[in-house]
Amino acid sequence: MKLHLKSGRLIDPIKGKDVVTDMLIVDGRIERLGTSLSSDKSFEVIDLKNKIIAPGFIDMHVHLREPGYEHKETIETGCGSAAAGGFTAVCCMPNTNPAIDEESVVRYVQEEGRRATGGLVDVFPIAAASKGRKGEELSPMAELAKAGAVAFSDDGSPIANAELMRRIFEYSSMYNLPVIQHAEESTMTKNGLMNEGFESTRLGMPSIPPIAEELMIVRDIVLLRYIPRAKYHIAHISTIGSIDCVRRAKAEKLNITCEAAPHHFTLTDEAVGSFDTNLKMNPPLRTKADVQAIKEALRDGIIDVIASDHAPHTIDEKEVEFAQAPFGIVGLETAIGLSITELVHQKYLTLIQLIEKFSVNPRRILSLPTINIQEGELANLTLLDPNIKWTVDIQLFKSKSKNSPFHGRSLKGKAIGIINNGKTYFAK
Amino acid sequence: MKLQSRHLLGLEGMSKEDITLILDTAASFKEILERPIKKVPPLQGKTIVNLFFESSTRTRISFELAERRLSADVVNFAASGSSVNKGETLKDTARNIEAMKIDMVVIRHSASGAPHFLTRVVKANVINAGDGAHEHPTQALLDMMTLREKHGSLEGLRICIVGDILHSRVALSNIYGLKTMGAEISVCGPATLIPRNIEDLGVRVYHRLEDIIPHVDALNVLRIQLERQKSGLFPSLREYHRYFGVTKEKVDRALKPITIMHPGPINRDVELSADLADGPHSVILEQVTNGEAIRMSVLYLLGTSN
Amino acid sequence: MKTKVLDADGLRRTVNRLSHEVVEKNKGVKDVVLVGIRTRGEFLAHRVAKKIAEIENMNVQVGILDITLYRDDLRGRLDQPELKSSEILFDIRGKVIVLIDDVLFTGRTIRSALNALMDLGRPSEIQLLVLVDRGHRELPIKADYVGKNVPTAREQKVQVAMTETDEEDAVYLVENDDKENGQ
Repeated sequence: MKLHLKSGRLIDPIKGKDVVTDMLIVDGRIERLGTSLSSDKSFEVIDLKNKIIAPGFIDMHVHLREPGYEHKETIETGCGSAAAGGFTAVCCMPNTNPAIDEESVVRYVQEEGRRATGGLVDVFPIAAASKGRKGEELSPMAELAKAGAVAFSDDGSPIANAELMRRIFEYSSMYNLPVIQHAEESTMTKNGLMNEGFESTRLGMPSIPPIAEELMIVRDIVLLRYIPRAKYHIAHISTIGSIDCVRRAKAEKLNITCEAAPHHFTLTDEAVGSFDTNLKMNPPLRTKADVQAIKEALRDGIIDVIASDHAPHTIDEKEVEFAQAPFGIVGLETAIGLSITELVHQKYLTLIQLIEKFSVNPRRILSLPTINIQEGELANLTLLDPNIKWTVDIQLFKSKSKNSPFHGRSLKGKAIGIINNGKTYFAK
Repeated sequence: MKLQSRHLLGLEGMSKEDITLILDTAASFKEILERPIKKVPPLQGKTIVNLFFESSTRTRISFELAERRLSADVVNFAASGSSVNKGETLKDTARNIEAMKIDMVVIRHSASGAPHFLTRVVKANVINAGDGAHEHPTQALLDMMTLREKHGSLEGLRICIVGDILHSRVALSNIYGLKTMGAEISVCGPATLIPRNIEDLGVRVYHRLEDIIPHVDALNVLRIQLERQKSGLFPSLREYHRYFGVTKEKVDRALKPITIMHPGPINRDVELSADLADGPHSVILEQVTNGEAIRMSVLYLLGTSN
Repeated sequence: MKTKVLDADGLRRTVNRLSHEVVEKNKGVKDVVLVGIRTRGEFLAHRVAKKIAEIENMNVQVGILDITLYRDDLRGRLDQPELKSSEILFDIRGKVIVLIDDVLFTGRTIRSALNALMDLGRPSEIQLLVLVDRGHRELPIKADYVGKNVPTAREQKVQVAMTETDEEDAVYLVENDDKENGQ
C-alpha cells in the first residue's frame, strides 16, 4: 500500500499542529510529511484539498451485539459500520450473551475484530463490572484487564448497589481503568418510556424523570470522593442537572469524565409525539434546555467525549408499539456528520475540539496509546470533509440494523475515509 | 363538511369545527336511537374490526352497537385467546386484518401511540378507543355532548376532572377537547396522581375538592384503580374516599347544582358516592346513550368520507 | 339563463289543487299523515297541511324526513352532506303517508326516502306528491300527485324558491353547465 495524501489540512491537537501538508504512507507507516511532496506512479494520490487529516477517531460506546445477538449486529458488520462512519476504533459494551465478563470472551471479541477487519478498525472490549452484569459480585477485573479490557461497565444496567459500586471503584483502581456508569436510579424509572415532563404528560406516556440520572451521579460522586484513585466515566450524560454535578466534581479535581451521544444534542422529547420507536432510547431524549446545556458543556469541556451509543435492533424488533420497542438507535454512521453539523458549524466546537472529543480525550480516558502523527509512525487517521452536504439514508448503512431517527436528515460534514494498520476505507 | 383527518386518533389538535361537526352529527343520530328500528344503512358493505388488546366490555359494546346500527359488518378481535398471546405482534395482526379487506379498525390498547402505529401499517381508517394513558377521544366527545346538552354551550363552562389524572386517557382527551371548545378546566387529585407540568396544558391544579367545587359547573369523576395503591401512589381507598371522593356533603356546599359525570364503571362510595351517582344532577346514564350516538357519528363521518 | 315556469300565484294555486286531490283520493284525511323531505319538501308539506285544514277543518300530522343516511351517493362525494335528524314524532304504523318533495327527477331521492320510512315502521300505504316532475327517471317510480310536469333537458336544472328560505315563491328552469348537479 502506497498512499500520497495531497494538500490536506492536518489538525493534530496533541502536537498543537494545524497545517496544510502532504503525507506519504507506505505499508501503513507515515514515510514523509511535508508540503508539496512528490511521489512516483506506484502511489495512489488522494486529493485532500479543503479536507481534514485527523488522528483516528474512536467511538467508545458501541454495542456490537456479538456474541449472542448476531441478528442485530456482528463484530464484522459493526466494524464495517464504524469504518463507514469514520472510526478507526470502537469500544464495545459487555451486554452480550454471554456477557463480556471473562477472559475468553474478551479475547474472542478482540480476535474476531482483527479477523473481520484485518486491523482497519481496532476493537477494544469493555468488560462487565459485575459477574453477568447482575450487579451482585465483582467481575474478575484483573484477568479481564490483562486480557485487554479497556474499561469496566454494566452498561444497559446501572450499578445500583452502593456497596458493590464502592468495591468496583476500589478494585478497578488497581488497574487504572475507568468504571463507566449507566447512571440511572432504577427504582424511579420502572416502565418509563420517555423523559418525564410536559411532553410525557401531553402524550400520557410512562416516564423517566431526569433526576433518576442525576441521583445516581450524585451518589457515585460521593463514592468517588471517598475513593479518589478510582476513575469514573459517565456514559451518555443527558440532563442539565447531571452536567452541573460533573462541573462541580471537576472543579474538585475528581477523576471524573463523561460522554454525550449525538442524539442527545440534536433531538428533543418533542419528537416523541410521532411515536416513532427510533426515538426511544435510554437515557431518553430530553428537553430543549437539556440539549442546549449539553452543547454548552461540550464547548466548555465539561463533557469530554462524543460517543454514539450505537445500539442496533432489527426492524421487526423496532416496528412495534412504542411501549414494546427496545431502547436504542444505531449511531456509528451519523455521529460525526451530526457533530460537525450541529457543533462545528453552529460554533460550539472548533475542529480541534471536535477531534479532541472523538480521538484524544477518549484515548486518554481509556489509557490507550497516543496517536503520533509523525514520520515513522503507523498511520491511524480519520479524514474529514467538513463542508460536504449529504442526506442520511439508512439503506446505505453498513450496519446490519437500520434503526435511526435521522433517515432523511440533511447534514453538512462527514468522514470520507480512514487509515489504520495499513488498511484503508474510503467512502464512495 | 368533512373531518380533517381520515382517522380519529385523539382530540389534541382537532379543530373546533371538527369537534362541532361530530357533536352535531351525533345529535342527529340520537334521534335514530329513539326509533323502534334503530338501524340505518350508510355503512352497508363496510367491514369494521374491533381490536381490543385490553378488555373493556362497555366501550366495545358501545362501538359494536354503533357499528351494527349503521349496518356495517362487524368482527370482534379480543386479545385474550387470540394469537396476540402467542407472541404475534400488533403489526402482524394488523397486516392479517388488512389482508381480510377490513375498512375500519377500532383499537383499544395499553400502549400510548398504538393506534398511531397502526395507521402506519394498515390502509383502513383507524379509530382510537383508548391508548394507554394517552387519549380516549370518543369518551371525551360523549362527555362534551352530554355537557352541551345539559348546559347549552361549552364556551366558558367550568369543569373539574377529579381523581387519577396521571393514568387517565379520559382526562387528557377531555382537556384537549374542552379547551378547544373554550371551557375552563381544572384537575383535582392527590399530588402523586397529577402528572408533571400539566399546568402547561392550561389547566389549574387543586388538591382539595372544597377549594374547587364552588367554582365549577360540572365534575368529571374518574375511576380510581386499586393497583395504584399497590404501587404506592395513595395509602388506602378509605383515605382516598375521605379526601378525594366526591360526596353529596362536599357538593352541597356549593349551594348550586353541579353536573356529575363519570366514565364508568363506578366504584360506588369510593370516588363517587352512590347518592350522587343516582342523584338528579347525575348525567352518567345520558353519557352512555350519548356514547352510542357519538360513536355512530364518528363511524359515519369517517366511514363515508373515503 | 333562467326561465320562470311557475310564479307565486301559480305555485299557490298548484298547492291548493294538490291539497284537494289528496283529500279527494283518500276520501277525507283520516289516517293520512304528511312527510316532507328536507328541505323544500318540508315547507311544501306544511303548506299542504294548512290548506287541508281549511278544506276539511281537520289537522293532519306533518313529519320531516332527512334521507342523508339512505343516499346511494353518500360515499365518494368530495363534500359530505350535513346530517340532520328526521322529525317524525308520530307512529307511522297503519298510516297513509303522503311523501312530499319539491322536484321529482331520477327517483333516487324517493327510493332513499322509501327505505328510510320502512325503517321507521310499516305504513299501510305510501303516496307521492311532488311540485314538479321533470322526467329522466332512473328507477320505476311514479308520483300520485304532480303539481306541474316540466319537460327538461338532462343538464338543465329546476330551481324551486319558497319564501320560507328564499326571497320569493317561484319555480325556474335554469341552463346549467355543471351536469353533475342537474336537479
